[in-house]
Amino acid sequence: MRAWRTVVGVVLVGVMLFPVYWMFNVSLTKTSDMRADPPHWFPWDPTFEGYAAAFGQQLPALATSLFIGLGTVALTLAVSLPAGFALAKLRPRGGRTIDFLLLVAQMIPGVVMAMGFYAIYIRLGLLNTVPGLIVADSTLAVPFGVLLFRAFMASIPAEVMAAAQIDGASTWRTFVSIVLPLSRNSVITVSLFAFLWAWSDFIFASTLNRNSDVIPITLGIFRYIGNNTTQWNSIMATAVIASLPAAFLLVLAQRYIAAGVTAGAVKD
Amino acid sequence: MRAAPPRGRARRGRAQRWTAVAFLAPLIVYLLLFYAYPLYRNIELSVHDYTPRAFIQGNPEFTGLENYLKILSDDAFLSALRNTALFTLGSIAAQYAIGLALAVFFHRSFRLSAALRAMFLVPWLLPLIVSASTWSWMLNSENGIVNAALRAFGIGQINWLTSPDTSLLAVTIANIWLGVPFNLVILYAGLQNIPADLYEAAGLDGAGAWQRFRHITFPLLRPVSMITLLLGLIYTLKVVDIIWIMTRGGPADASTTLAIWSYREAFGTGQPDFSPAAAVGNLLILIAFAAGLAHVRLQKESA
Repeated sequence: MRAWRTVVGVVLVGVMLFPVYWMFNVSLTKTSDMRADPPHWFPWDPTFEGYAAAFGQQLPALATSLFIGLGTVALTLAVSLPAGFALAKLRPRGGRTIDFLLLVAQMIPGVVMAMGFYAIYIRLGLLNTVPGLIVADSTLAVPFGVLLFRAFMASIPAEVMAAAQIDGASTWRTFVSIVLPLSRNSVITVSLFAFLWAWSDFIFASTLNRNSDVIPITLGIFRYIGNNTTQWNSIMATAVIASLPAAFLLVLAQRYIAAGVTAGAVKD
Repeated sequence: MRAAPPRGRARRGRAQRWTAVAFLAPLIVYLLLFYAYPLYRNIELSVHDYTPRAFIQGNPEFTGLENYLKILSDDAFLSALRNTALFTLGSIAAQYAIGLALAVFFHRSFRLSAALRAMFLVPWLLPLIVSASTWSWMLNSENGIVNAALRAFGIGQINWLTSPDTSLLAVTIANIWLGVPFNLVILYAGLQNIPADLYEAAGLDGAGAWQRFRHITFPLLRPVSMITLLLGLIYTLKVVDIIWIMTRGGPADASTTLAIWSYREAFGTGQPDFSPAAAVGNLLILIAFAAGLAHVRLQKESA
């Protein structure tokens, strides 16, 4: 039959995910075995010293990243939900211009945005602050959110809204009690991506928060690499922990990811 | 005689327009504050001479296009441009080829195909710091698994990240790995839209797998391919994280792209030099924009 395709597929996945396996393997390798030649292909004799060190030193950074991620989700939804609704259903003037601007916005290099934010934040005293980082991180997700919500809300039948309006509901009421509940899935998709991008952000963190005591996990790992290049099990253990949101997404929320990738088709 | 529109409807139309504006207002304010203003500041940085002191005091000297001229005549510019071209074109060509091969492979569903396809998303979902540090350790000269594997084939030690001959290649390989999932997903979605009866007809005509690919899949996938390559180009042009984490653009600028150059001038040294950094950044925007325009032109020609 077509069993050979499954076999080939498994082999291809194995090759593709080898670096992920290797991260996991190194995270469990003893420091004394780290420079073994040839390297240990499997952690027969695992150690958890890497994870102990990771949790001992990086727990605040993980908490910071969690907070920043949730803040970014809230800000992204607050801006992009009403905008997506307006573009999909209220036919505003200049709607196409906004579409175009959102596409262009996603083309701007992160380093350019970082410099712009830096120049603004240094005057406002927002450098090295968590709210500043939340605002900057939200720029990764807002254009995506608006475009995704618009595409989804455009597919809500006009009759559903008309029925609400005949009953005397205001546009705001219609939005809150009809459109939002129907958009549940797209809200989940946008939230997941906004969280993941904020969680993964390195550019904004390494520029806007580089002198901060309160740092996200990406910067925690980066400083780790710079400080002690011998403790690779700790670095890789932190990396494994930092990958957990992605793993969670893949296992529990896969259909939302697929929806996001094909609808938005853009990752910063 | 032209009938005037009923007053009620006109009023309702105007009211609706204001409602639309109200719903859009947060986004418009947001775009102005957090996109337009940083961009404006960036242009402003690039036409002044912002020393670190002037940066805080806000009294820089206006220098017009001097920063741009200085950059274009800098020796580092040509090397950064070359590295950007190699990194970007090498990445998107390989990502596209691998992504397309995988998309075709997964196009016919088989046992576990959906689950296996989902696994390919992993590199794309991981934080870049995770992928970059993993690749750094895998490519480590003395203790990396890549060199250990090569040693088994009798190939001597390659200093992937520490030799100017290979550092650009090393970061390109890591970046290809990162970009394959995106190409796979988009191209796979594109394949789903090709009518199956075309393949059936070709099969009846006795066309082989390669002929079906060459005469049906590839031509019909052209619009999707073009948008995939364009997005890949725009995305790859601005890559900073992966290179900065793995090599910091080194050794000796061997893996310094335009984006890395800009990042290093502004944030990578103890002496921030924002004005040239902003000029390089704006140059990057122009390149991305030119690619976007070229894409629109090509699309119109083929339509």
